[in-house]
Amino acid sequence: MNIIVPVKPNPDLQMVRIKNREPVLEAVPYKLGDLDKNAMEAALQLQAALGDTKVIALTIAEANRKIKDTMKEALAMGADEAYIVSDPALVTTDQAAKAAVLAKAIDQIGGADLILFGEGSTDGYSGQVGPRVAEILGLPEIGYAKKLTVSGGAVQAERSMGDFIEVLEAPLPAVITCTSEMNEPRIPTLMNIMKAGKKPTTEWTLADLGLDAAAVAPQNTILSNLAEEQDRKKIMLEGDVAAQVEALINALIKEGVLEA
Amino acid sequence: MADILVYSDVLSNAKELAWKGKEFAGALGLGISAAALGADAAAEAAELGAYGADKVYVSTDAAFDGLPTDVVADALAQIAKEAGATYVLLGSTRRGKELAGRLAQKLGAGAVTDVSAMAVENGELVGAHFSFGGATVARETLGSPVKVFAVMPKAFEMGDAVAGAGQVVTPALTLKPLGAKLVDKRKKEGAAVNLDAAERLVCIGRGLNKKEDLPMVEELCAALAAEMGCTKSLCDFEWLPENRLVGLSGAKTKPAFYLSVGISGQVQHTVGISSSKLIATINKDEKAPIFDMADYGMVGDLYAIVPALTAALKNR
Repeated sequence: MNIIVPVKPNPDLQMVRIKNREPVLEAVPYKLGDLDKNAMEAALQLQAALGDTKVIALTIAEANRKIKDTMKEALAMGADEAYIVSDPALVTTDQAAKAAVLAKAIDQIGGADLILFGEGSTDGYSGQVGPRVAEILGLPEIGYAKKLTVSGGAVQAERSMGDFIEVLEAPLPAVITCTSEMNEPRIPTLMNIMKAGKKPTTEWTLADLGLDAAAVAPQNTILSNLAEEQDRKKIMLEGDVAAQVEALINALIKEGVLEA
Repeated sequence: MADILVYSDVLSNAKELAWKGKEFAGALGLGISAAALGADAAAEAAELGAYGADKVYVSTDAAFDGLPTDVVADALAQIAKEAGATYVLLGSTRRGKELAGRLAQKLGAGAVTDVSAMAVENGELVGAHFSFGGATVARETLGSPVKVFAVMPKAFEMGDAVAGAGQVVTPALTLKPLGAKLVDKRKKEGAAVNLDAAERLVCIGRGLNKKEDLPMVEELCAALAAEMGCTKSLCDFEWLPENRLVGLSGAKTKPAFYLSVGISGQVQHTVGISSSKLIATINKDEKAPIFDMADYGMVGDLYAIVPALTAALKNR
C-alpha cells in the first residue's frame, strides 16, 4: 500500500512579529506544518500496523524556500521518500493552484491508496486543499479525522462535528484530513535525522508535470493583510484588591453588563 | 438574473447568510436564493424565505442522509448553475469548510474560508479572514466567475423574520456519490458546551498554578452567569477538555463581556476573543499584551482578585 502525505513548509508563527500592523516575515524560519506532522504520524502508525506500506512525503513550493529542510523533517520522522515540486511560478498560488499541482504530482508518483493531509496549514488554515485534491482525483474524502483504521480495502475515520461524533467509512483510495487530536507526532531521533539525508528525494518542476505558470495563476487577490486595530478603552483599575474589584463592578454596571 | 446562493446545514447559520446575503444582493444588483437539503428541507425552506431568500431550492433526496460532503457539493454545484449563482455563501463550520473546498473545485471557483467579516466594495464582495495564526486579518477578493465564501457563524447580525416565504423550487438533481458513508453518529458525552453562543465568558490561562484551583474560577463563572473557556495550554495539560478551548484551534467567541484571568494575550488565544464587546483582564504582569486589548485591566494576583470578585458579585 502507498500512503502519500502532502505537507507544507510553514512560517514559525511564534517568530512572526508585527511592525506598523504589518507581519514581519524576514528571518522567520520555516518548518513542517503542525498538522502535517499529525498526518505523517498517522501514516507511519498505519505503516507499522499494516506492513508492506510505503509512506511518501510530497510538497510544492517556490524554488528559494528552505524546502529541503522541511522535507528532511518529514523524512526524519520516518517517511520513506520525498517528492518536491519546486518552481518560481509557485511563489503566489491559491488553494486551487496548489491542489492542481498536488493532484498532478500524485498521479505522476503513481497514485496512492491513502492521501493524508493535515486539516489545514498552520499559517493560512483554509482547509480547502485536501477536499480540492479529492475532487480533482474523483476520490471520497473524510475531513477532520481524529481516529483512523484501515481494513478490507476501506478506511474508517472518526471525527468530531459539533455536539456529535461521526464515524465514516470510505473505499480506498481515499483522502483524509487529520486533526491534532489524532495522535502525538513523534520527535525524530538523532539517528533518523542522520538517515533522512540519504533517503530518496525526487525534485520536479511544473514543466516536469506538464504544467505551466498559467495553470497556477491565483484567482484570489489579497487587498491587505494587516494586524487588527483594537479600539479599546485600556483603563487600568488601580489600588488594592478591594478597590480594583469595586472599580470593576462599577464599570460593569456603567457598561450595562451588570444591573445597578 | 444572477444570484447569490446561500447554504448551511445549520439552520441558524443559513438564516444569517440569507439575511445578510439579501443586503449584499441588493447592493450588487443580484437575486438571493438558498438551498435546503435533507429530510427537514421543506420546513427549513419556509424559514429561509422568511429571512430573505427570494427562492429556495429544496431537495429531500435520501442521498443527503448523513450529509455526505461529495453529494452535497454535487447538488450545490448543480443548483448554483441552475440559479446562475455568481457567489455562493456557506457556513464556515467544519462541514462547511470541507464542502467549500470540494464545491469550489467543482465550480472552478476560488474560495475563502473562515470569513469573519464581509462587505461590498467597488461592486464586489470582499471577505476578511485571520491569517498567520490570527496575527493579521487578510481581506480577499476572488477573480473566478463563481466565487465561494465560507462565513463563520455569527459573523453577521440578523434582523427579524419578514412575512412572505420565498418561492420553493425543486431542482432536478443527478447525484453520484463517491462512497464515503456515515456508519455511526453519537452524541458526545458530557454536558454540551457552546462557547460560540456565550453572552458572558471567563477564560483562564497559564496563570493558574494547578488543576485543583479550577473550582475557584468556576465559582466566579457561576457568580457572573458566565461560561468558562481556556487557552490551549490548559487543554494540553488536560485540565480542561477541548470544547472549552477559545482561540485559533477552538471557539471564536463574540460575548457581550469577556474576562481573562491569568492569560498573557498570545494571538493564538486572542483571535477567539477579539470580537468581544467589552474586555476586562486580570494578570500579574503589567507588560502582558492582553492589557493592550482590554477595556479594563487589573494588575495583580489572580488568587487574590478572583475570590474577592466572586464574593463581591455574590453579595450584590
